[in-house]
Amino acid sequence: MSDPVPADHAAARPDAAAGPGAPRVFLVDDHHLFRAGVRAELGDAVQVVGEADDVPAAVELICERLPDVVLLDVHLPQGGGQAVLEAVRPRHPEVRFLALSVSDAPEDVIAVIRAGARGYVTKAISGPELVDAVRRVAAGDAVFSPRLAGFVLDAFAALPDDRAPTAVDPELEQLSARERQVLRLIARGYTYREVARELQISVKTVETHVSAVLRKLQLSTRHQLTYWATERRLV
Amino acid sequence: MGQGPWRRRADDRLCGGIAGGIARRLGIDATAVRIVVVLLALAGGFGAVAYVVAWLLLPLDGEDESIGTRIVRDGRGVALALAFAPALVVVLVVGAVLHIGVLTSLAWPVFACAAGFVLVWRNCGPEERAWLHATLDPVVRLGVGPRRSWRAVAARIVVALVLLAVGMTVLAAQHPSAVAVVRPFIGAVLVAMAVVVLFGPWWLRLIRDLVTERQARVRAEERADMAARVHDSVLQTLAMIQRSSDQPQKVLQLARAQERELRSWLFDGEAPGRVADGATTVASGVERLAEEVEALHEVPVDVVTVGDCPLDDPLRAVLAAAREATVNAAKWSGAPVVALFAEVEPATVSVFVRDRGRGFDLAAVGTDRRGIAQSIQARMQRHGGHAAVRTAPGEGTEVELTMPRVGQR
Repeated sequence: MSDPVPADHAAARPDAAAGPGAPRVFLVDDHHLFRAGVRAELGDAVQVVGEADDVPAAVELICERLPDVVLLDVHLPQGGGQAVLEAVRPRHPEVRFLALSVSDAPEDVIAVIRAGARGYVTKAISGPELVDAVRRVAAGDAVFSPRLAGFVLDAFAALPDDRAPTAVDPELEQLSARERQVLRLIARGYTYREVARELQISVKTVETHVSAVLRKLQLSTRHQLTYWATERRLV
Repeated sequence: MGQGPWRRRADDRLCGGIAGGIARRLGIDATAVRIVVVLLALAGGFGAVAYVVAWLLLPLDGEDESIGTRIVRDGRGVALALAFAPALVVVLVVGAVLHIGVLTSLAWPVFACAAGFVLVWRNCGPEERAWLHATLDPVVRLGVGPRRSWRAVAARIVVALVLLAVGMTVLAAQHPSAVAVVRPFIGAVLVAMAVVVLFGPWWLRLIRDLVTERQARVRAEERADMAARVHDSVLQTLAMIQRSSDQPQKVLQLARAQERELRSWLFDGEAPGRVADGATTVASGVERLAEEVEALHEVPVDVVTVGDCPLDDPLRAVLAAAREATVNAAKWSGAPVVALFAEVEPATVSVFVRDRGRGFDLAAVGTDRRGIAQSIQARMQRHGGHAAVRTAPGEGTEVELTMPRVGQR
C-alpha cells in the first residue's frame, strides 16, 4: 500500500519550478476553468507536472510523467475517474490519487476509493486545505473529507444484522468502535488535529485509524458495500 | 468519597434514583445499596416505606425542591388526595356491613397508595412524569399497548368476570339465604348514596378544576411553541433587517418574504418557521434547511448525513432546533463555513452543528436572548430530546442535538 516513491524521482525531472520536496501533481478534470482555478490555488506549494481532460490522455500522460499525486475528478467522459485508476494502478502502484468532485453520488465516490484513491475532497475545499490534502496523500496518508467520512459510516452501517457477511476475514467487514468515533468526528467537521485533541490521542494515531478505514474500504469483500450501493440506487 | 448534597440520581436509576443517589454520595457501589434496600423491604416493609419517604424528601438531580416540598404548597393536589377519604369510608362501611375482611384490610393501603400517587404525579418534574407514565401505562391498560384492541377488551372482561365471581362467592358464603344477602346490601348502597350526596358536588368541582388546569397547561405549551416559531421567523427577519439597513433592496426582499410567511400562517394556517416544508425524511430535511440558511445568510453550510428515516413530530423539532443553531452560526460566529452533521442510528437521531467562529461565553448570554434557551433547548426537551452547547470565546461553537426515536426503544 505505501511503496516509497523512488528517491531520485524528483531529480530525474529537473523542471521543478517549486521548491524541493514540493509534491509533483497531475490534474485530471474535464473542465478547463476548474483546472486553471486549482492551478492558481495550489500556487507554488506544489509542482504541477501536467493535466488532462479525458481518460485516455490522463492514463498516457500519468504513466509518462509519474507524478506523486494525481488530483482526479470523479466524473470524467469515457469511464470516469475509476477508469483512470484501474488503468494506472496495476502498472504504477506508486502513483497516488486524490479524488475530487462536486456532484456527490455516494456510490461513485466509494467506487473511486475502492479502486485505489487515497482520499476524497469536495471542490468547495479552500486552497490551503487542498495543498494540505495533497501533502498528506503524497506522504502516504489518507485524506477524509467530512463528506467521505459520512459516506463510509453510512456504507458500513447500512448492513442489517440478518445480512451479516460470511467473509473470510470478518475484521475487514466492519469498523472498530474507535474508527467509528474518529469518522464521526471528521464528519462533524473536525480536522485531524481536533480529532486527536478530542479523543486524547496523537495526530499520528488518527492517521493510522483513517488509513485502516481506507484499507477496509478497499479490501472488504464487498457484501455490505454492494448491498449499500444497490440500496442507494433503489431509493 | 462522594461529595455534595443528597440527591436522587436522574441518570443511573431503576426506580426513583434513590439507591444511585445514596451510592454516589457515599462513594460506594449502587448495586450494594439496592440489595440492602430490597432486603430491608422484605424485612417487614421498612425498606419500602423508607424508599417512598426518601423519594418524597430528596430533590432530583438538577432540581432545587423535593417532591415533598412542592406537595405542601400544592393545595389542589392535597384536596384531591383528601377527596379519596370519603370513598375510603364508603368502602370500609360496605366491607364492615357485609363482613368482608379482605376488603377492609386492603382498602387502607390501596387508597393511601392512590392518594400518594396523585400527589407525586402532580408534583414531580416533567421528565419523571414521562417516566412514570411510560412505566405505569401498561399496568393501567392491563399490559396491552396504547391502541384499543380486542385483546384489551378481552382482558378487561376476564378481570371483571373474576372479580364478579369472587364477590358473589364471598357474599353467598357468608349469607346462606337470598334475603340475608340483599338486606345488608341495600343498607350499604344507602350509605354510599349518602356519601355521594354529601361529597358529590365537591368531587365534581375538583374534577372541573383539574380539567381547567390541564387546559391551561396545554395552552401554555402552545404559547411556548408559538413563541419559538415567532422567534425563528419574525424576530430573525427583523434582526436581519437591522443588520442590512444600508441595503434597501435586501430589506425590501426580507420584508416581503416575511409578510408572505405571516400571511400564510394567519390565513392559511401554515405555521411559519416550519422547517424544510415538504421534506419527508431526516436527510432530505437537513439538506433543505441547509439550503434555506445558505440562501438567507450567504454562508455555505457543509452537510453530511448518515442513515435516514421518515420524519415525525419530534424529528421535525430536531430539524427546527438544528435550523436555529445553523442560523446562529451563520449570523453570529463569523466563520466562513458551517458544518452540519446528522446521523440516524437505530435508537437515536443526532445532529451536530459546528462552526470555527468566535464562540461565546455561555454563562454570559442574557436570559432575554431566547434563541438558545427557547428555540433549541426547551424545544428539544418538550419533545423528549436533549440539546448541549459547547463553546468558549475564540473556540468556535458546537451544538449537539439528540432525540430518541419513537417506537424504536
